[in-house]
Amino acid sequence: MQRAAVLVRRGCCPRAAGTPAVLPSMNPQVRAVEYAVRGPIVLKAGEIELELQRGIKKPFTEVIRANIGDAQAMGQQPITFLRQVMALCTYPNLLDSPSFPEDAKKRARRILQACGGNSLGSYSASQGVNCIREDVAAYITRRDGGVPADPDNIYLTTGASDGISTILKILVSGGGKSRTGVMIPIPQYPLYSAVISELDAIQVNYYLDEENCWALNVNELRRAIQEAKDHCDPKVLCIINPGNPTGQVQSRKCIEDVIHFAWEEKLFLLADEVYQDNVYSPDCRFHSFKKVLYEMGPEYSSNVELASFHSTSKGYMGECGYRGGYMEVINLHPEIKGQLVKLLSVRLCPPVSGQAAMDIVVNPPAPGEESFEQFHREKESVLGNLATKAKLTEDLFNEVPGIHCNPLQGAMYAFPRIFIPTKAVEAAQAHKMAPDMFYCMKLLEETGICVVPGSGFGQREGTYHFRMTILPPVEKLKTVLQKVKDFHIKFLEKYA
Amino acid sequence: MAQRAGDNSQASSNGLKEKVLTLDTMNQCVREVEYAVRGPIVLRALELEQELRQGVKKPFTEVIRANIGDAQAMGQKPITFLRQVLALCVYPDLLSSPDFPEDAKRRAQRILQACGGHSLGAYSISSGIQLIREDVAHYIERRDGGIPADPNNIFLSTGASNAIVTVLKLLVAGEGRTRTGVLIPIPQYPLYSATLAELNAVQVDYYLDEERAWALDVAELQRALHQARDHCRPRALCVINPGNPTGQVQTRECIEAVIRFAFEEGLFLMADEVYQDNVYAEGSHFHSFKKVLMEMGSPYAEQQELASFHSVSKGYMGECGFRGGYVEVVNMDAEVQRQMLKLMSVRLCPPVPGQALLDMVVSPPAPSDPSFAQFQAERQEVLAELAAKAKLTEQVFNEAPGIYCNPVQGAMYSFPRVQLPPRAVRRAQELGLAPDMFFCMRLLEETGICVVPGSGFGQREGTYHFRMTILPPMEKLRVLLEKLSRFHAKFTLEYS
Repeated sequence: MQRAAVLVRRGCCPRAAGTPAVLPSMNPQVRAVEYAVRGPIVLKAGEIELELQRGIKKPFTEVIRANIGDAQAMGQQPITFLRQVMALCTYPNLLDSPSFPEDAKKRARRILQACGGNSLGSYSASQGVNCIREDVAAYITRRDGGVPADPDNIYLTTGASDGISTILKILVSGGGKSRTGVMIPIPQYPLYSAVISELDAIQVNYYLDEENCWALNVNELRRAIQEAKDHCDPKVLCIINPGNPTGQVQSRKCIEDVIHFAWEEKLFLLADEVYQDNVYSPDCRFHSFKKVLYEMGPEYSSNVELASFHSTSKGYMGECGYRGGYMEVINLHPEIKGQLVKLLSVRLCPPVSGQAAMDIVVNPPAPGEESFEQFHREKESVLGNLATKAKLTEDLFNEVPGIHCNPLQGAMYAFPRIFIPTKAVEAAQAHKMAPDMFYCMKLLEETGICVVPGSGFGQREGTYHFRMTILPPVEKLKTVLQKVKDFHIKFLEKYA
Repeated sequence: MAQRAGDNSQASSNGLKEKVLTLDTMNQCVREVEYAVRGPIVLRALELEQELRQGVKKPFTEVIRANIGDAQAMGQKPITFLRQVLALCVYPDLLSSPDFPEDAKRRAQRILQACGGHSLGAYSISSGIQLIREDVAHYIERRDGGIPADPNNIFLSTGASNAIVTVLKLLVAGEGRTRTGVLIPIPQYPLYSATLAELNAVQVDYYLDEERAWALDVAELQRALHQARDHCRPRALCVINPGNPTGQVQTRECIEAVIRFAFEEGLFLMADEVYQDNVYAEGSHFHSFKKVLMEMGSPYAEQQELASFHSVSKGYMGECGFRGGYVEVVNMDAEVQRQMLKLMSVRLCPPVPGQALLDMVVSPPAPSDPSFAQFQAERQEVLAELAAKAKLTEQVFNEAPGIYCNPVQGAMYSFPRVQLPPRAVRRAQELGLAPDMFFCMRLLEETGICVVPGSGFGQREGTYHFRMTILPPMEKLRVLLEKLSRFHAKFTLEYS
């Protein structure tokens, strides 16, 4: 009887070390997926941490995880009010406790009443708890100076990643030269390239302009789409604003130009706005795509299809582990909205505790409420701290010969360009590594600092970068930056 | 402004642009997806609830959502200890409160120590918090009489659903006649059919035997497999034990036979065991696939690939909204396992509160712990009540002429077979509805009881069923069962 190989297995004998992995029978699209933020360098960091735990001596005493936008992992404290409301929702006995403020209790009761069985433990509607979607809509309306948001267009999601992935899934169709093309910024947050791989869609790169503070240039969009039309059907344009990894905050004019371009070229717009609360540069302001679209008048606002994304993971909240998020969809065909809910329903619902966290984010204490002062203080402290660290990082990196760092206008990362000498490039090639991966591995091994090579995000050919978070506490960040500086100088000398 | 499907030409003549994303341009695989548990009948139930709220007069005062396995939505109380520990994790200030038992505090501290920044708000590693995976491994070992489990083979997930989808994704490959086929039981839990549709894999049905309490017959597996080999490459075999919607609990002999079959035919085994704590019938006993596989020894134990799934949504916990779960993989190719981790890493991590809850589920209070007595009492009460409701359901339905209900051996549903008069079947066909959908819609409109038609789960041609949960409180359940039986009698008379 024929024994079909299922997934490649080696029977009883372990494979000899160094044999290339042979995976002919697994999903080739999955094989193509890469996600650098948790990729090889992070796996290496994990190994080194284990070695440190086992007492193996290293030139450093700890691994600094500056690879991922996880603020609380780096010591940022959660917002008290948010955790109070969450605790009350989790264990409603606490509603009788004198240790919780009334405004927190009021919020918790409101959320619980909207849950099945008045419990966070019930599935919610697949689109999310109704009153939370209403609160999100109210938040958006306030944020956008009165531009109305309809709760029916709001979908709560398991982090923004889930929403982005779902919308892309629905959008991808066709075959061969009519396969859906998705335009993404280079450098990008590698969720986009990973999902595009998985869906077997066509990735269409448009380059942000490093010389101009990572500005988005519509001419570059035009160049990219013209080239793409040769081999795919470009249908989608993704924007990350504020940018990840680049941190640029788009000007209003730029956003208008992008919307006009999307309108002209009939593109579905994805606006990843998870860093909307992380704007540091005094010359920059966050302009939501939704607001700008609306203000451009009915020709645009009635036609351009837009999905905007937000999350509980960033901002001043840093509640990554809760996996809270939402998307607002504009001008979607009602039947598509039906398909969307149907698709979401298969996974039942996003985590209700994450939905509750999102509710507090969009409906925080207002002036006059008991918890307002402490909330406001904590929020300003976090954001002020991040702004300080953004400037510190930019300044320190720019002192280092061979490192150039664009201003960190927003988000939570530095994406400096590094000069890698030719000899180092050759050494990297000998190791079968991208030059910036080689650099980052050396940095990790010699200093314990874990950052992600620019090749994981995309960059212009022949340029090298890395992405480092600005999340360690100020004093530690200074140390880290100094260590990177020392390492870089040594690296330049070694490979001169 | 809403536009109907196919109205895009209308749209252009109105000066509105054609949409980028329409039913025709969307991902056609997604169009094929159906998920009956939250399908058309539930949408109608929502509308009726809305009408009731608006004061519209109905033959009933409330809609009973007996369509979904959501215990807490139907009034089941969460387990106190679980919520205490979680509240302590959410808001660690409570660690100094006298209102929480010492063992709950100890457990919370242990979990928090294992979290980044000692906070539930940090991302965990993508496979889930190490400590919790170790606890899951210990649970599995205890459950399986000492058979070892490796934490590295355990992956926490956003409910069992996510892990099931991830494994299926890995398996899907090939084209045309080599496209992956996946054997699934009929009737099945429609996550499987939905996912196979989305992934464009080939669904291969094997029928459970209604005459013998929904037993799984290897001869039927053979039949299904051999027919499938004509048009696809069968690669995986899914078993749900205890069954959903059928509630059958497989015998050990049956599980051994399934394992032998999978081994001989080169199939990857997926064992959905989320109802492992829900076994009611005397003489029925849960046997984990892992345990049976290992006890079968060579060559099965070291070669047969297996993925087993569990969840916090069912059992005695009912914590659906937290989206907690795990998969244990056995004999998976190491490279493929790395690929699976890579795929999971793109979504960063499962919700950390769900991971914390899972930890409590797999390592509940020990007899020497202060919280043990209350925990045990609550747990026993929930399970005893479910067992009583299972029995009651079977009994009441079997008293009704034209309704036949197999014993509800486990899980939380009944899946009775209903006789529908030929005139009713014809009427349904006129309306373009599956006959059991027609029956269920009428039931909903006249009694407010929402159950899911058997056509949503699959059934033998010419037979009709519905799935109803056993979750409403005992007295209410009794009333519902009687109402339903009376409705069926009325319906039968009406269409005689």
